[in-house]
Amino acid sequence: MSSTTPAVEMKDIVIRFPGVLANDHVNLTLRQGEIHALLGENGAGKSTLMNALAGLYKPVSGTTKVNGELVDFNSPKDAIAKGIGMVHQHFKLVPTHTVTENILLGMDEPRFLMNLKKYDEKILELEEQYGLYVDPAAKIWQLPVGAQQRVEILKTLYRGAEILIMDEPTAVLAPQEIDDLMVTMRSMTDQGKSIIFISHKLHEVIAVADRVTVLRKGIVTAHGKSLEGLTKRNLAQLMVGRDVVFSVEKEEREAGDVVLEMKDVYAKNNKGLPALQGISLRVHSGEILGIAGVGGNGQSELAETITGLRECEGLIEINGEEISNQPPIEAIARGVSHIPEDRTTVGSAPSLSITDNMIMKNYNQEPIGNGWSINFARAGEHAQKLKEKYNILAPNVRTPAGKLSGGNLQKLILAREISSYPRLMVAMQPTRGLDVGAIEAIQSLLLEQRQSGTAILLISEELDELLSLSDRIAVISDGKIVGAVLAEDADINEIGLMMTGGTDD
Amino acid sequence: MSTRLKVEKRVDVPSWLPLVTSIGSVVLAFIIGGIIFKIVGGKPFEAAKYFYQAVFGSWAVFSDTMVKATPLILVGVACAIAFKMRLWNIGAEGQFYAGAFGASLVVLIPIVPLETTPKFIVIGLMMLFGMIAGAIWGFIPGYLKAKYKVNEIITTLMLNYIIINWNNFWIFDKWSDRGFQMTATFDRVAWLPRLADYAKQIKAFAGVTLHLGVLFGIVAAAIVWWIFRYSRWGYEIKLIGDNPEAARYAGIDISKNIILVMAFSGALAGLAGMSEISGVVHRLQESISPGYGFTGIIVAWLAKLNPFVIIPVSVLFAGLIVAGRELQPAGLSFLLQGIILFMLISSDVLLRYKIRILRTDEEAA
Ligand SMILES: Nc1ncnc2c1ncn2[C@@H]1O[C@H](COP(=O)(O)OP(=O)(O)O)[C@@H](O)[C@H]1O
Ligand SMILES: [Mg+2]
Repeated sequence: MSSTTPAVEMKDIVIRFPGVLANDHVNLTLRQGEIHALLGENGAGKSTLMNALAGLYKPVSGTTKVNGELVDFNSPKDAIAKGIGMVHQHFKLVPTHTVTENILLGMDEPRFLMNLKKYDEKILELEEQYGLYVDPAAKIWQLPVGAQQRVEILKTLYRGAEILIMDEPTAVLAPQEIDDLMVTMRSMTDQGKSIIFISHKLHEVIAVADRVTVLRKGIVTAHGKSLEGLTKRNLAQLMVGRDVVFSVEKEEREAGDVVLEMKDVYAKNNKGLPALQGISLRVHSGEILGIAGVGGNGQSELAETITGLRECEGLIEINGEEISNQPPIEAIARGVSHIPEDRTTVGSAPSLSITDNMIMKNYNQEPIGNGWSINFARAGEHAQKLKEKYNILAPNVRTPAGKLSGGNLQKLILAREISSYPRLMVAMQPTRGLDVGAIEAIQSLLLEQRQSGTAILLISEELDELLSLSDRIAVISDGKIVGAVLAEDADINEIGLMMTGGTDD
Repeated sequence: MSTRLKVEKRVDVPSWLPLVTSIGSVVLAFIIGGIIFKIVGGKPFEAAKYFYQAVFGSWAVFSDTMVKATPLILVGVACAIAFKMRLWNIGAEGQFYAGAFGASLVVLIPIVPLETTPKFIVIGLMMLFGMIAGAIWGFIPGYLKAKYKVNEIITTLMLNYIIINWNNFWIFDKWSDRGFQMTATFDRVAWLPRLADYAKQIKAFAGVTLHLGVLFGIVAAAIVWWIFRYSRWGYEIKLIGDNPEAARYAGIDISKNIILVMAFSGALAGLAGMSEISGVVHRLQESISPGYGFTGIIVAWLAKLNPFVIIPVSVLFAGLIVAGRELQPAGLSFLLQGIILFMLISSDVLLRYKIRILRTDEEAA
C-alpha cells in the first residue's frame, strides 16, 4: 500500500430508510494519517454513512475500498478485521466492570483465566502511547463521561484499529476535555492512524481537522475540501444551504412580575449527597435568567426541584403559589414547562409515536383529552401541525420518537413544551449536541417565548449561548449561587473564574 | 457458480409480516410434530384427523375447546394489561384461585338466600366477589411494589401458593363435602347458563357445554383493546411501560398506576376463576386450574399483548389441551405446544432480520 492510496474510499453509497433517503450517492475519501471532519445538520445522514463503514448497515448500492481493497462488510467484526473502529456517541460499556474488563470484552484473548494484572499493564502501555489516561482498574460507573470516552477509544485501539470513526465525540465533553481529546487525536494521526471526526461545532472542525466533507439531507455538498481558507460562515452555508446568523437578535424588553421565586432551597443528588445548598433566585416574566456553571454543580437538581421531580427543602413559588415537594403534575398545571437535560431518557418515549410523544403534557386536557378517552384524530392533527411548524424531519407522525435524530427529537420536545403557552420554562442545555441550524432555530424560539412574556430559566454550559440569550446570568458552583451579573455588562473571564472558583480542582 | 445465504438487519417491518410468520410457525410446528410422530411409529395423517375431530369435529367438541379457551382468554387479557406496563404479574394463577374463592363465598356463606334470589343477581354477585377477590390478590403485590419497591415477580409468584393453600384449608376443613376434597355442588341458581340448558328449545344444543363465560372473555378483550387504543389510562400505561422516567416527567402518578393495573389485572384473572367454577366445575375444589394462569402468560406474550389476537391464540392452546386427552401418546400435545412456542419465538428473528440468497458472482470482491 502506498501512502497515496486512500485509507477509505466510499463511492456512490446509497442507504435508504422507510420514507428517507439517508445517503444519496455519497462519496467520501479519507487520506492516510489525516483528520477528516464529517459535517452536517442533524439527520443529514452522517451516522448512517459511518455505521455502514463500521459494518452495521448495508448500503443499497455503492462501493467501499479500505486501503485500496474492495470490501463488503456483513458485521462490525468484518470492519474491525480491516482495522476500522467506531466510537459511538452513546457508549457501549458495562458500568459494573473495570476498564480493562470492558476493553477485553468480546476478544479471543484471554481465553480462560483473566490475569487482569497482566492486561492492566498492556493497557497502561497503550494509554502511554496515545496520552489517553484512565485507571485500568477503575469501574466504569466511577468514571466521568470524558474518561469513559477514553475507554471507548482505547477499546478500538486495542483491537488494532488503524481507522477511527468518532461520532460526535465532543457532544458529551466539557471544554477542557475537548482540548484534551484534540491533543489525543493529533497524537493518533502522528502515529499513522486516520480519523473521521463527526461534529456540529464549526470551531472544533476548524481547530482540529485537515479536510472536511459536508452532508446536507443525504447529499454531499463539499467533498474532501481542505480547511485552509474556509471560514465558519462558509462551512455553515455548506451545511444548511443558506446564510446563518451567528448571534441571534435580542429585543429590548422590560421584565414583568416575579414568576419563579426560590428561597433557601436545599436538595440531595441521586447518591444522597448535598447538591443544592441554599439556592435563592427569582425569574421575572419576559426575562431569561441564565445559570452558568461547570456541569455537575447542581444544575440538574435545580431543574428537577422546580419541576417537582426531586424532593427538596425550602420554598419554591410559581406566581406566589408554593409548589415545592409537590408531584410534577402540580408544576405542569401551573404552567411550568421543562426541557430536560436528557432528551432520550427523560424527555421522550422512544418506541411510542411522534403523536404520543407530542401529547405527553396535554393528553388529559381538552381538546385532546376527553373524559376517559383521548381523541387520537385530534392528537394526530395537533402533532402534524407542530411537526410542520417546527420543521421536524420524519416520515410521518406515526414514526417512533426513537427513530428521530437528536436535533429533531429536541425540536419535538421544544414544540411540545412551547405549545402549552408556559408561564415558566426551565430549559436545561437546550442546544447541546445540536448543529448550527437547529441551534439557531431553538435559540430564536426561546427568545420568542421571552418576548411573549414567559419567564425562562436557561441552564447551560455554553457561555456564548448564555451571554447572547440571557438578561441576567447567575453562576452556580457547588450547589450555591456564587454570583450574578447583568448580561450586557458581563465579562466572560470573570464568569469563568466564578464558575471554577467554588471547586477544588 | 454457488449460492450463499446472507442475513441482514431489517430496517422496517411490513405490517403483514408478523401475521404471516405467526401462522407459518404454527403450520410448521404441526408438520414437525407429524414427522416426529411418524418416526416413533404413528400415523401422522390419522392423528391429524383425530386431532381435528377432537378439537373441531362437532359442535360438542368445539364447544369443549371453547370452554377451555375461556379462562385462557381472560387470563391472557389480564396478563396483557400488566405486561403492557412492564409489570411482570405472574400471579394470574393465584388471582384465578382468589376469584374462585370470592365467587364461592356468595354461595357457601351464602350472602343472599339462594332459594329466593333471581339467577342474574346471584351470578352478578359472584362476578363482583370474584373480581374483588382477584383484585385484592393483585393489589397486594401492586401496593408493595409502589410503596416499597418490592419485586412483583417474587410477590405474585409467592401469593400463588398462599391462595392455593388458603383455598385448600377451606375445602378440606370447613366446606368439605363428606370428607372429599371439594365442596358440595352449588345450587343451580349459581351456575352460569350453558347452551345445553336450552336443548329443549334447540335440539342441536344438547350436550353443548359452552357457557356464558366465553362472552366475559370476549367483552374483556374488547374493553382492554379499547383501553389500549383510545383511553387516557391506556396511554398512561403505554407511556409508563415505554419509559417510566418520561411518564413521571409528564406528570403521571406511577405508583397509583402500578396499584391500579395490578388490581385490574387481578380482577380479570379473578373473573376467569369465577367463570370456571360457576360455568364448569360448579363447586370449589382442589384443582380447578391445569395452570391456566401460567398458560395465560404465554398466550398474552404470543399475541404480542394484542387483546383480540389473544382470542385465537387461546383457542389454539385450548385445542392442544383438549386434544391431549384424545391423542395417544398423550405427550404429543405437549410436544406440539413446545414446538409451537419454539417456532413462534424463533420466528421473531425473521421480523428483525431478512435473509437473502446470493449467487457468489453477485458479491463484490
Ligand atoms: N434506523 C433508522 N430507521 C429509520 N430512519 C432512520 C434510522 N436511522 C436514521 N434514520 C433517518 O435517516 C436520516 C439520517 O440520520 P442520521 O444518519 O442519524 O443523521 P445524522 O447522524 O447526520 O444526524 C434521518 O432522517 C433519520 O431520521
Ligand atoms: Mg448522528
